[in-house]
This record gives sequence, structure tokens and C-alpha cells, in this order.
Amino acid sequence: MSNKILVPALGESITEATVSKWLKTKGDKVSSDEPLVELETDKVNVEVPAPSNGVLETISAKEGETVNVGAILGTLSQSKASNEDTQTKKDEEIIKDYKPPKKKDKIVKKKVEKIQKLSDEPMKLLDDEISNGETTAEPLVLTDELTKLTPESTKNISPSARKLATESNLNINNIEGSGKNGLILKEDVMALMGVKPKPSERKITYGPEERIRMTRLRMTIAKRLKEAQENAAMLTTFNEVDMSEVISMRNEYKNEFKNQYSVKLGFMSFFVKASIIGLKNFPAVNSEIQGDEIVYKNYYNVSIAVGTDKGLVVPVIKNSDEMSFADIEKKIGELGQKARDGKITIEDLQGGTFTITNGGIYGSMLSTPILNPPQSAVLGMHNIIERPTNVDGEVKIRPIMYLALSYDHRIIDGKEAVSFLKIVKESLEQPKRLFLNL
Amino acid sequence: MEEFDLIVIGGGPGGYVCAIRAAQLGLKAACVESRGALGGTCLNVGCIPSKSLLNLSENYKKAKKDFNNQGIEISNVKLNIDKMMSNKNKSVQVLTKGIEFLFKKNKVTYIKGKGVLFSKQDVVVYNNNEKKNYKTKNIVIATGSYPTSIPGIDIDEKDIVSSTGALSLGSVPKSLTVIGGGYIGLEMGSVWSRLGSEVTVVEYLDHITPGMDREVSNEFQKILKKQGIKFKLNTKVTSVKKKSSQIEVECQDKISNEKHLINTEKVLVAVGRRPYTEGLNLSKIGVKKDNQGRIEVNNKLQTSIKNIYAIGDVIRGPMLAHKAEEEGIAVAEILAGQAGHVNYDIIPGVIYTSPEVATVGKTEEQLKTQNVSYKVGKFPFLANSRAKVNNETEGFVKILADKNTDKVLGVHIIGPHCGDMIAEMALAMEFGASSEDIARTCHAHPTHTEAIKEAALAVDKRPIHF
Repeated sequence: MSNKILVPALGESITEATVSKWLKTKGDKVSSDEPLVELETDKVNVEVPAPSNGVLETISAKEGETVNVGAILGTLSQSKASNEDTQTKKDEEIIKDYKPPKKKDKIVKKKVEKIQKLSDEPMKLLDDEISNGETTAEPLVLTDELTKLTPESTKNISPSARKLATESNLNINNIEGSGKNGLILKEDVMALMGVKPKPSERKITYGPEERIRMTRLRMTIAKRLKEAQENAAMLTTFNEVDMSEVISMRNEYKNEFKNQYSVKLGFMSFFVKASIIGLKNFPAVNSEIQGDEIVYKNYYNVSIAVGTDKGLVVPVIKNSDEMSFADIEKKIGELGQKARDGKITIEDLQGGTFTITNGGIYGSMLSTPILNPPQSAVLGMHNIIERPTNVDGEVKIRPIMYLALSYDHRIIDGKEAVSFLKIVKESLEQPKRLFLNL
Repeated sequence: MEEFDLIVIGGGPGGYVCAIRAAQLGLKAACVESRGALGGTCLNVGCIPSKSLLNLSENYKKAKKDFNNQGIEISNVKLNIDKMMSNKNKSVQVLTKGIEFLFKKNKVTYIKGKGVLFSKQDVVVYNNNEKKNYKTKNIVIATGSYPTSIPGIDIDEKDIVSSTGALSLGSVPKSLTVIGGGYIGLEMGSVWSRLGSEVTVVEYLDHITPGMDREVSNEFQKILKKQGIKFKLNTKVTSVKKKSSQIEVECQDKISNEKHLINTEKVLVAVGRRPYTEGLNLSKIGVKKDNQGRIEVNNKLQTSIKNIYAIGDVIRGPMLAHKAEEEGIAVAEILAGQAGHVNYDIIPGVIYTSPEVATVGKTEEQLKTQNVSYKVGKFPFLANSRAKVNNETEGFVKILADKNTDKVLGVHIIGPHCGDMIAEMALAMEFGASSEDIARTCHAHPTHTEAIKEAALAVDKRPIHF
């Protein structure tokens, strides 16, 4: 009885994936839903879980191979579930088999090891090993205990071929050797695998330059950003916002908010809310071009750009107009964590209508964000700096953030874009407006 | 707190190689070393300084004894022991600094101090009175070994020395008694014998170099005897007493039970080495050791704690730098998700005396006890043209091959440059070569390696030049 492990449906517009890593090796016992293999797609990394309990029987798609949705990755057998047990038993036996070499006049006294308490005092040596028996100089040749470590095989195999075969889970006894006396050569194993293995070379960063293949995520980011620049008539408008009110409101209620909703009240929820008011007033900003038509969307799915160590991902807060401040903060926290853990799903990334990106957390003063196609606008947040500003004819120091809105001028006019940004600014300067939907 | 994928405790040949390979494979690796210099015993007080002294003392001996007979007439050959030692120290320094450079190049973090396991994932490093904590996913114990003594003999590293002290004697002792006829004792005995000491080797067993093919071992002893080294076999050292001007070594003949005294200026204790695991806190963590104090590992070099590995002299197997290196590479590759493998059947061993002794694979004695039927092919360097013109005709090549399959099972050589030649045999054996494969491989003329080819021919009783 064996179960096929298939490439699962990976979401709209994704038809293929690269096998990035097998988490289990052939013969491993696995339980249902345990991750077996990691796939890399244009958008996210997906772990394929075991369809049932069993033993990983075959691996048909090797690491680095590209597979289509529905293709067979390998098979799981349900019969030989006791495989792993015997394997560990074997290992234990090997340890037990280490007989100490027979040395003459051995008087090794066993002393109870004093457990060293770790303290700030300098280390004292344990004295468990100091007592010596008379020992003869160690033999130069190997003691017989070690010969058992090399598995007996009637086949001769070259050192590099042995490594390759072991890593590819090939049974040495089934490989036809083309060398002298049937010796299995590296080329024999390579021919059998049909692929040239990556050389086990240095990966460390050294030297004037290094070359590393782009991950699929990075390639997708590159492709989409360039596409956005080429297709849209993109330009950016700026404004500034006095954050005093938002900050004081946040300071006033942050503890209460935290106690009630178990999530911190951040700036992001204010910006999402302010943007939604803007989007509702200027529907073009929440629209996209499809062929000759403009699609105005009556739902408000705000994408939030999240930086991870693998690259930028932009998960979506769906129907954010219907959500409370707390719901938005919770959702952002949840998606951000998922993104950083690399656990984000295709679903989390799809369906956004407008994007907010916050370069301020890295200290950006001003930037011109690039659109997240097929969306038509993106709001850029920046750092909050105490700046001298005119308040009722007097120079006052106020916490100021510059705002940037990049938009597709093909469907959004300057008037709409500028007015949108002005509404966002006003909503944030007088956050009470947010609750009156002004 | 800094977190690593791998912290290697010990910067000897096993440890530093493991750290570099791990870094090459993209792991974040650190190496903890308390000695103040990388390279471990091998580089600081072992292989490297001893080879420096072996080379220099051999040159001195040749200049003094051989050159005049060979048409190179020199007079007043004088020994400057201070200069010789500083020459040795310089080589050591350059090489240890070289490893520091390799660490920088490969982005390995070098942590100075004594590493202690605090938990399965915490290493504490003590440097003078400073204490620093490091987190790590994996730990490799590569703390090596230290020279042991016999009960009742206190090594002071001045008059009664271990291999460490024997590498830096300030003057040539009139007499030197070496306790232990293993390779360390014989190498250091050779050095001081060449420089003018009267050297006596006391060995408990009835032969020197235990574990080595007996035919080679016997030939080796004959050659060393001719060079002026005295041997007392089957002899037990019962006490070593320091007197005002000399040291009294009391010995007992194991067969006749007679006791006798050796008066000597210095004593070298070379009776073996022990795994160095003190102060690592192993028992508290739960890392198990065997009854010889060696850390127990499985065939993946894993200790009883899964994410803690051990390599080199602290585990089973011969205490050799290159064995530790292979294990270091294997662990690094296993940690990077690759297959890691050490072929323990094919680890060469070399004694760097003059002539050198080199061996790989099974000895004739091992084959006998394992009931393997074998063929022997031997060829003396006396019949090798290159050895003849160099006046280095001592020794022979001995190849042991399976009687049925002709597969080479062991090669044992005593003779000039065989420490380098053994690599060819190790390679052949890795590829499962038969003795005929070696015999049918073209060897350059005139070289010492022709002796290997001839020995391979001799397995089937058809040598050309003998």
C-alpha cells in the first residue's frame, strides 16, 4: 500500500514550484500532516504535509527540480512502519559494539564526576580523569573496533560517488559500476540521477564579489516591481502630517487598549482607517485597469508591506473598512509574524486593493514607493521627526511625518491623488474625524 | 547574546577544520580555543614542531657524518641549539597565524578562552576572569588529548619531560631515556640522538611501535639500533628518581624479573595520550564517556546528546591529526544536511624518522586473526635506483592483497619519503584497487614510488628488478 505525495494547488496563477528541500529522507517514518518537503513558488514557500502515517518510500522529485501542480513528489508506504525502530536499534548496537582495545595493566579507576557548578569564579579542573593506569603508546594502525563502522558492501565505490549515492538515497548494490572491476564512479551515480549535482563549494561571503542564484521570491519581486514601473504612468505626490494628536491619543489610551484587546495600539491602524476614508472619497485610488476597462472596487483590502530576511512580502488585510482598530492591529501582528516565519500562504497575499508601506521604521525621511500591481496607488509612511512648524503664526516644534502617495496617472488624476493625500493628512491631524467618517 | 549554528570547542586540526568547513557550507560557526594560539597539540606542541626538529637534526647529522664521504667537504659543523629552536618556533608561529587568517577569510568567529558546556545549547567561555555566554544550535567537542605518565613519575617538563618538553630542551642532554617505544618516543629519541644524546628506549612490550605490522616494526628497530639508539624491550619502569646531577631510572626485566638502573640526564615519558575532557561539564549535560574516558559517539559522531558531536582524540580511534580533520569535515557536512563519512579502514599513519615508516590498512597480524587469506608482495629499497643514488637504501615496501580478489588490504612501507608515498596507496585503496591495478599503473623513473610498483608486481611473484 502506498500513498502518492502530490504537489498541492498553490493558489491562483501559480502552476509550478521548485523543490527547495526534502525535510525527510527515504525510509523515514512520518505521521500524518507532518511536513515532508518544502516547495518554493513565485510567492511563498509551501510545506507539503504527509497525507497519512507511513514510511517515505520513494522521492521522485529531487531538490532543485521544478514540478507542476499535481505532479508526484514521492510515495509513502503504509506497511513498513517499523523501519525507523530497527534503524535506531542498529545505531545503538554499533555503539554497544565499541569494545575498548585490550590494553595491558589497565587500572582506570572510575571516580564519581564532580559536577562543576558554574559560577563567576575561574574554572577548576575536574579530577575525574587524573588517575591513570599504565598505558602503552597508542597503536598507529586502527583498532578493530572501528572497522565495523564502515558498512560492508561487496561493491567498490569511489569516495565521491559514495557521498553522492548516500545523499541521493541510492542503494549502492543496485548501481552498475563502469570503472575497473565494476568500481562505481562519480559519473555512474551522476548518470543515474540525470542531473549534475551542485558542487559542495564555499558559500561564505568572501572576496570582491560572490554569485548566488536569486530565490524565486526575489525574482518575483524584481519582475513585478519592474512591470509596475513599465506599465503605469507612475508619479508621486507628497504631504506632511503633524502627528501630535495621534500620538497624544495613543498615549492616553494605549494601556487601556492593551488591557482590553491584548494588542498594542500602533500607528498603522490609524493610517489604515485614514486611507479607507480617502479611498471611499476617491474611488479611482481603489481601482485598477483591466484591458480597456477600469474596475472600481467596493471593498477595501489594504496590503501592508512587511520586510523579512528573505525579501519583501505584502500580505492583505481583507475588508479592513469593516474592522475595528483592535482587529486591524491584531491582523497586522499576525500577518507580520507569519511573514517573518516564512509561513505566509498564497491566500494571505492575494486580493489587495491598496498598499501601505512604512519605510519610517527603518528611518526613511522621504521616498517614492513603487506600485503593487494591479493596484493603482501606494501610500508611503516615513519617520516621525520633531520639526519646527508654523502653528497659528508661531514657530512650534511638532512631530512631523512626510507622506508620499505614488499613483498611476493613467486612471488617477492629480486632483484626486492630492486630495486623497490631503484627506489622509487631515484625518490623522484630527483623528476624531476618523470616528465620524468625515 | 550571540547565537551560532555551531560552536566548536577546541581549535586543533579537528576543530578548526570543522569550523571552516561548516562556515563554507553557510553555517554560522565559532571556534573556542584556550591555548592562545590555534592549531592544537599538532601545530603547537606536536606534529609540526617535531617535524621541524626532525628535519633540522637530520640535516645536521648529514652535514656532520655523511657529506665528507660524498664529496662535500666541510669542517667545523657546529650546532646552535638556540637558533634551531627559534627556527622551529618561527615555523609554528607562522602556521598558527595562518589559521587565524583562514578563520577571517571563511568568516569563522574565533573565541579565545576555555569553553564550558552550560546546557545543550549554551556555551560559556572563560577568558582570564571574564565570562561570556554564547547560544548555539550544535556543539562539537574537539578538545583533543594530553600526554599521560605512569604512576610514580612526575613530569616537570625540565628534566622529566613529556613530548611537549622534549620539543624545547635548552641544550643537548648527554643521555636521554625514553619511556615508551611508540612513534612519539621514537621521533623525539631520533632528534636528540642525531644531535648527540645517548638515547635509550624502554618499552614494556616485546616490540616497538605496538599495533604496527611486525615485520616493519622489527626492521624499524634494527635500523634505529644501527643509528645508535639503545632498546630495552620487555622492560617495566618501576621508578624514576631525581638525584643531584642525574636521574635514576629503575627498570625491571619482565622475563627474568631482574632489576637494573639506568642513569640518565633527561627522561622523556612517551607512554601515550589521554582524551582531554576536563572542565567541560560533560557529566552534568549527560554526555557519556566509555571506561577509558573517551566520549562515546555513534557512526554519525553524535554523542549521547543529539546536538552535541565529538571528534578527534576525545573519541575512539587513532589519535591522529588527519583522522580528526576527516571527522571534522564529516560533522560539518552532516550538520549542513549532507552525507558525512569517514572511511576508518583507510587512514594512513606515518612515523617521520629517518627512514620514514608509513602504513595504511590492515597489518599481516590483523589479517591472520581475522582469517583472511592474503598474498604478500615485498620489494626492498636496496633494489630501487633512486634510493641507491641517494644512499638511502634501507627499508622495503610490503603490500598485502586478498588472495582471491587481489584487492589491496594493507600497505606497509619503511623507507625514504614513504610518508608522502603512502598517499598513493590510500587513494588506490579508496578506489578498491587490486595489486595488479597498481602494478599496471605507470610510475615515473627513477623515483622511490617504483618500489611500490615492484612490490605490487611481487604480490604475483613477478618483480622485474629483484
